[in-house]
Amino acid sequence: MPISKHVSMRKISPKRNPKRNILHYMHPAVVPKALRGWVIPVALLVYWWAAYYFHVNESPLFVSMGQVAKTALKLGKSGELWHALSASLYRMLMGFTLGSLAGLIVGGGLGLSRRFEGLVGPTFHAIKQVSLLAWIPLISLWFGLGDTAKIAFLSLAAFFPLALNTFEGIRSVQREFVEVAHVFAYSRWQLFRRVVLPAALPSIFTGVQLALIYSWLATLGAEFLLTSGVGIGNLLIDGREHLWMDYVLLGIAIVGIVGFVLQGIAQQIETRLLGIRSRTLGKPI
Amino acid sequence: MLKIFSFASGRLPLKMQNRKQHKEQNKQHAIERRALRVERNVKHSVKRNLTRKNSGVLGVSVMLEGLMAKLKSFLFAWMFPCIIFCVWLVIAHFEWIPSQILPAPSLVASTFTDLWASGELQGHIGISLQRVMSGFGVGALTGLLLGTAMGLSPTLKDYVYPIFKLYSQVPMLGWLPLLIMLVGIDEALKIILISKGAFVPVTLNTYKGLQGVPSIYIEVARVYRFTKWQLLKKVVFPSALPPIWMGLRHGLTHAWLALVAVELLASSEGLGFLMVYGRQLYQLDVVLVAVVIVGGIGLIFDKLLSVAETYLLRWRHDAF
Repeated sequence: MPISKHVSMRKISPKRNPKRNILHYMHPAVVPKALRGWVIPVALLVYWWAAYYFHVNESPLFVSMGQVAKTALKLGKSGELWHALSASLYRMLMGFTLGSLAGLIVGGGLGLSRRFEGLVGPTFHAIKQVSLLAWIPLISLWFGLGDTAKIAFLSLAAFFPLALNTFEGIRSVQREFVEVAHVFAYSRWQLFRRVVLPAALPSIFTGVQLALIYSWLATLGAEFLLTSGVGIGNLLIDGREHLWMDYVLLGIAIVGIVGFVLQGIAQQIETRLLGIRSRTLGKPI
Repeated sequence: MLKIFSFASGRLPLKMQNRKQHKEQNKQHAIERRALRVERNVKHSVKRNLTRKNSGVLGVSVMLEGLMAKLKSFLFAWMFPCIIFCVWLVIAHFEWIPSQILPAPSLVASTFTDLWASGELQGHIGISLQRVMSGFGVGALTGLLLGTAMGLSPTLKDYVYPIFKLYSQVPMLGWLPLLIMLVGIDEALKIILISKGAFVPVTLNTYKGLQGVPSIYIEVARVYRFTKWQLLKKVVFPSALPPIWMGLRHGLTHAWLALVAVELLASSEGLGFLMVYGRQLYQLDVVLVAVVIVGGIGLIFDKLLSVAETYLLRWRHDAF
């Protein structure tokens, strides 16, 4: 944190300010660093609880924390929640796998072959500008409202970020690396395997992460707009239609947790694989 | 087996001998081919460098060559869309696919002109643009403020960053049902959702940009005894501008995505509504027109921002 050191507000340290009154403890700088992140969430939760307890808000939309927990338990016990979650995740994984494979192939082709880029590149760059959800009406007319349409849409969502990042990763391989490889008279496959792929891998992983985020967003979008079957999105939509706030809040919490877990997994895989890469590079040849 | 044979004659059997020779030859060929390839690469790069450096001397012919190459690549780039268009034309002409699922290009074109002539299309585009602009304005402004505040004050960052992370984990579509319940499906919903789309990337990139200012720059500024304001204006913000601009670009893309989402789900006007309307009436021509316009506007946004970026960041190239 280079700037913050110099530009930050001057901290009020207990030593400099010997008069300790209650206001002193309420100063933001006094809270221990590890606890600071918890202040706002806890305050919000306390406010939520207090608002319910003191009947600040009488609107039927206002539900208590206990109500949300009860709904979670109820749906969890009846298996409805797991059914919805597994259906959503299954579709997402299918779409993600298909889309990312296609993205890797097209991105690799665009990056490795100038001719292919000249032929397909401009069209690709034009099509990717179409906002993702704008495909849904077309897809719903072509593939119906079932799982096929959803998986087609999800693979589209995963396709673009991965294709783009693979392409950019391969293109940003430094010329010097390739020249060295030519000096060593690497074959095409060796060049790809030992130079291009390791150099492009970080960018490809950025693409994988983006693709995960987008396909999770698209899972929700698909379930909102192609309303048939079960899923987390349908849970949210049902809650909204019946004005069940507890369903909606539970759905949002689950959506957030799943997004968080997916990102965590992607990051883990990335550090593992890239860690291996740096180790092999460090070895003497 | 092999060993027994070779023991008898003292040499490898004839067949094996031939095979060995072949192998040797193949190896030799491979080495030669590689050498040739290296030579060709070197020649190619030398030639390229020469043409680049001598372009002033060689003059017209090189210029013509360049023009021809440009024309070639231009035609090449249009080949793919043209082929697809031709396939579409043929399919529509022979009606291999029913026109409800794939309308003829002529029908799409006539729908476009009809919608344009009646002024309906302009109305939808205008409303969508207005929404995206106000939403993006609100989101980008709050994002810039929060990102700057977090970048400059570590105390504030400690308090706000975790909950910001939590908030950004839920995709903008997850918030939609909650927001519909809370604020209804009026204009406010659209502005809030679009601004959420822009807010997250702008905040994150502004914060990361301010964090990434090299400490050497700040040390130099301290040597010159810059005041805080000077430090911010002359050192910190110019150096953080590229990531901030990146954040704004992402923000606009996300705002556009959010606009389409919210118009598809809850709207009675705008481009998204046009799509929903076309889909409900099974008029795929209307849907296609709307998709093309959504893509076109996205393209224009992206181009405008990248042009502005090269203008704003022109100082970066002065050094070289």
